[in-house]
Amino acid sequence: MNTPIRRLSVVIAALFTALLVAATMVQFTQAKTLNAMASNKRTLLDSYSRERGAIIVGGQAVAKSVPVQDQYRFLRTYPQDELYAQMTGFYSYAVGAPYGLEHASDDLLSGDADTLFVRRVTDLITGRKTSGATIELTIDPKAQAAADKALGDNKGAVVALDPKTGAILAMVSHPSYDPNPLSSHDLTKASKAWQTLSNDKDKAYLNRTINGVYPPGSTFKVITAAAALENGVVSDENSSVPGPAELDLPLTSTPLPNEDGRACGPNDKTTLIHALEISCNTTFGSLGLELGGEKIRAQAAKFGFGDALQIPMRVSVSSVPADLNAPQAAQAAIGQYDVRTTPLQMAMVAAGIANQGRVMTPYLIDSVRSANLDIIESTPDPVELSQATSEQTASTLTKMMVSVVDHGSGARAQIDGVEVAGKTGTAQHERGKPPHAWFISFAPATDAKIAVAVVVEDGGVTGSEIGGGRVAAPIARQVMEAVLGR
Amino acid sequence: MTTTVEPLTPRTRRGAELLLLILAIGIVLLAWVTTDLNRNGTVPANIIPIAGGFTALVLAVHLVLRWKAAYADPVLLPITTVLNGLGLVMIHRLDLARGKLGTDGDAYRQIIWTTLAVALAVAVLFVLRDHRLLRRYTYVTMAVGFVLLLLPLVPGIGRTINGSQIWISIGPLNFQPGEFAKIALAIFFAGYLVQTRDVLSLAGKKVLGFTFPRGRDLGPILVAWVLALLVLVFQKDLGSALLFFGLFVAMLYVATERVSWIAIGLMLFAAAVAFALSAFTHFQKRVDLWLDPFSSDNLERSNQLANGLWGMASGGLTGTGLGAGRPYLTSFAESDFIFPSLGEELGLFGSVAIIVLYLIFCERGIRTALGVRDGFGKLLAIGLAFSVAFQLFIVIGGVTRVIPLTGLTTPFMSLGGSSLLANWVIMALLLRISDQARRPMPEIPVGVAADEPAPAEVTQVVRLT
Repeated sequence: MNTPIRRLSVVIAALFTALLVAATMVQFTQAKTLNAMASNKRTLLDSYSRERGAIIVGGQAVAKSVPVQDQYRFLRTYPQDELYAQMTGFYSYAVGAPYGLEHASDDLLSGDADTLFVRRVTDLITGRKTSGATIELTIDPKAQAAADKALGDNKGAVVALDPKTGAILAMVSHPSYDPNPLSSHDLTKASKAWQTLSNDKDKAYLNRTINGVYPPGSTFKVITAAAALENGVVSDENSSVPGPAELDLPLTSTPLPNEDGRACGPNDKTTLIHALEISCNTTFGSLGLELGGEKIRAQAAKFGFGDALQIPMRVSVSSVPADLNAPQAAQAAIGQYDVRTTPLQMAMVAAGIANQGRVMTPYLIDSVRSANLDIIESTPDPVELSQATSEQTASTLTKMMVSVVDHGSGARAQIDGVEVAGKTGTAQHERGKPPHAWFISFAPATDAKIAVAVVVEDGGVTGSEIGGGRVAAPIARQVMEAVLGR
Repeated sequence: MTTTVEPLTPRTRRGAELLLLILAIGIVLLAWVTTDLNRNGTVPANIIPIAGGFTALVLAVHLVLRWKAAYADPVLLPITTVLNGLGLVMIHRLDLARGKLGTDGDAYRQIIWTTLAVALAVAVLFVLRDHRLLRRYTYVTMAVGFVLLLLPLVPGIGRTINGSQIWISIGPLNFQPGEFAKIALAIFFAGYLVQTRDVLSLAGKKVLGFTFPRGRDLGPILVAWVLALLVLVFQKDLGSALLFFGLFVAMLYVATERVSWIAIGLMLFAAAVAFALSAFTHFQKRVDLWLDPFSSDNLERSNQLANGLWGMASGGLTGTGLGAGRPYLTSFAESDFIFPSLGEELGLFGSVAIIVLYLIFCERGIRTALGVRDGFGKLLAIGLAFSVAFQLFIVIGGVTRVIPLTGLTTPFMSLGGSSLLANWVIMALLLRISDQARRPMPEIPVGVAADEPAPAEVTQVVRLT
């Protein structure tokens, strides 16, 4: 009987092998997938009861987990209430973490990131409780506070960059919301807060700086000017350009008019610098006709249009439509006709010009530290996104933008003793509604420390370039003053 | 009929067993203390009586073995100790999570059952001096086995718990007689097959290279099949039905060395499964749940399987640590799902260790079957070893999604008295048979003295069965 016993023992070995393989599949091969399942209550409880890493701005926590005596053990709090709401998002037992860094950097904050693997192993050996990594942001708290205050009750967005590195210095989106009730362990309260937030008609949950897409209006003329200079359509800021009261467009009977209905200079001619100062539509429309849609689109792409950026939150893609015909190209050249951009993208345009034509990849996370403050990821080396224009073109554009502030529509961005470069914009978006007011700028013009883009929704005055200059420019000025220490 | 026997070294190995036992007790106590440290930050106040009691209990078995079965396998008892102990630790851990303390706790009951189980095992070792005595009771055990198997169907004492009518209630005690039926049937199968193996293995026609048995010899397998079907249909217990039938087919194969029995068994089993699937929505749901435990419909119906899998996954490679996971989220975490519970807190390393312990347990059973000299002992030993292996496959395979989930207990670990008592008896029987297997042969084969070291070549002993 020993032969069949031996054969049967092979069967038994096969049964056990199946169990070993199955256990390995569940606990190793598929573990990550299983743990990531939405309905998995363990993962949920796990992440809520672990000490989640803090989010730090200028040495102060803007999101942190504090120990509490309930089943979740840690309560997520946001000491600055509304100020950093869209940046941090919230971390809620009721709805999870759908927005902001709480969403985008969840694996770091929770301690599950692959880069934290070695730590988790040492935690296991030493018996220390695994906790999440702390994230330090590039935000300058003074700039953030100034931007928040300056934007006030307006709907809109302010974003500031360090032109040399791409570090994001301020990120304000209004209206905002208080993330604290959402992270409450009182589930009824949290659900109610979520109901309110998710049904908000002004979409307070939206981070308008990166996920609000707007027509850029006249601020886009800077890109058209860059394309004209780069493609040799004009040679410098003093080149003579057409500037009639109305620009006849091919293929359509509707002409492209100036806002004030007047020509931009004598004999329907002007200089490029003057055209930018007064934001002359017909000049840039005719440059658009001359360049054609593709060249405008290519120049915009060099500034970052069409790129899907992550900072680490996903940035909505800014776009110039493809295959524009002549009248559409003329419209696009002045920032209308389905040209869409995020405020961050326009800040990158200003920053690129400020940085000798080099656009730096924007980033929000400065460094990542473990719970006991060991550096896990240090400040990233600045990464160049693209060389958008030559240094020559950048310096010409800078001269023109300084002139916009010194002599033109951006006068309200002037700062005593500092040379400021800027461009106003007024963007029509819906018939019968006031246009959006824009301002993009950087300072100091020669050695820029900050580039800012401001958009104030419905903040303009129809038929006038005043909106951008009157409403948006002072906001940009206050943010720049905060960073420059004035 | 020839049987090949390798003479075994005539050493008792009780010293090795003692060392392994100390290791086993150490593991269990460490696990117990770790659990409390992780949960409450303190060493449990009652650690001294618990540690002392547990140690005394298993050392008592060790001493009985020295006295009554000196040549018994030295690995079975230590493995049983670890498995039983880890089961206790997990049950205690779940008590802590649920706030069931002291005598209210499941662990308290399980400790009492462990004590009774050890006592029963010792009694078996005392009463049963030679496993061959059991052969006398072949037909008594048959009757006992059938009665135990069908007892839950008797109105008045049968009890349906969690959808399966496999329990009986006598006074305050709930019992799963199926656990004991398993042993009785293994004894009966062994006794019956050792008598009838010649006719079952020799007579028959050759078809397609297989020798198929005569029609009238199909009787026994059909009886076993019908019995399994009864269990399946009336007790709605696929696991037990599968276990009994599998046990019978395996033992039939070992007795007859005929692969055709396995083929016939598989066909009959397939027919039963096809029938069950078409006739009972209960089984269809099980299969559905097995195929996709994570669909929202199925989660609504039963999240038990999914929860067990999530638990194991959350343990990952190294586990959360005893007392630091959330096994209590899974229903039946202390019985059917005790393996996922341990997997969650001990990780893949722990799961593999537990499976390997069972594997070694079964391997020692197989070794015993190979070593013992009489056919009855061989069949009984392989039957018991296979029943443990197969039961483990059904329950752990069920919770890890190798096969559809069917309710069976995890030997030595699950909460529940019947399972614990029955499995300790199985271990006692294996110890008894292994004692016979390893004991120096009373008849000394020609040319080999009993106290000489084993010769390098295999010595053949020709025996008539």
